[in-house]
Amino acid sequence: MIDLTEDQLERYSRHIILKDIGVEGQSKILEFKVLIIGLGGLGAPAALYLAAAGVGTIGIADGDTVDLSNLQRQVIHFTADVGKRKVISAMEKMKAINPDTNVVVYDEKLVAANIAGVIKDYDFIIDGTDNFPAKFLINDACVMGKKPFSHGGILRFEGQTVTYLPGHTCYRCVFTGPPPKSSVPSCSEAGVLGAIAGMLGTIQAAEAIKYAAGVGRLLVDRMLVFDALKMDFRTVPLSRNPRCPLCGENPSIRELVDHEQPACDIRRK
Amino acid sequence: MKITINGKGTAHDRTDITLAELLVINKVAAPHMVTVQLNGGFVAGDKYESIFIKDGDEVDFLYFMGGGR
Repeated sequence: MIDLTEDQLERYSRHIILKDIGVEGQSKILEFKVLIIGLGGLGAPAALYLAAAGVGTIGIADGDTVDLSNLQRQVIHFTADVGKRKVISAMEKMKAINPDTNVVVYDEKLVAANIAGVIKDYDFIIDGTDNFPAKFLINDACVMGKKPFSHGGILRFEGQTVTYLPGHTCYRCVFTGPPPKSSVPSCSEAGVLGAIAGMLGTIQAAEAIKYAAGVGRLLVDRMLVFDALKMDFRTVPLSRNPRCPLCGENPSIRELVDHEQPACDIRRK
Repeated sequence: MKITINGKGTAHDRTDITLAELLVINKVAAPHMVTVQLNGGFVAGDKYESIFIKDGDEVDFLYFMGGGR
């Protein structure tokens, strides 16, 4: 266990006085390594809270630049950042909140060819991406690499999240593969209430911190779904799918592939 | 019969409803965008037509949600 400095005892005092966390839990957080893939609606609040919490190393991966239409929900990026690389914009805010946090920047899109090499250095991965190919790739890489990760998806007024631990229900147990291309409209067509990105991204951050400190019950083998229009929250119990093409009885997926699909989301209608 | 859909109790006069019909009744217009859990187990998409819902069944529709940015 690492010794906390006086400044750290002060900075993290509201964590430390939680009896489930204490100095020991905070020490674990300070030594923990989280990778956030995607610095958008989900990744932005997750990055801010993880930096504030003192997570020792936070990797951030995104190959995009900040766009004006991002600012309605991606709270880590400011108006003056439009046009800036997202990883740089995010790193500046994270370091401003907490200079002690080591921020590792991946200014690129993670794909089948490079994702395994990146996630291997981390204890926990947060999926903050906006498209099915990326979500399936992150799931597959984490299941194959035995890495815990948090899946998050949002759409319009709704969100869903599941935490994966090795040996438990994975994203492909629930959704075996990406939906057909023709059924998927563009992200900009579907729309999303900015605040629900914050609701879900902070849940993902809380799961990472709980896992780091070893406290509580994670969203493992259950999916949290919420509808912010009715402000209705529900957890649906999940169990491993024997027909899962990745972790089932007769798996057909043995290597990472890049699914081709342009866009992000849909629901009924 | 009484069944629970997405955590909420619903009553149905008919007792011969297939899972496929239940999707229609619940206005799931794009069945390939939803995963169905019946009493806690995932149901393969090609079984929707042949599975009849029973009194007391618990059905969950889990939707694809691909957004995040």
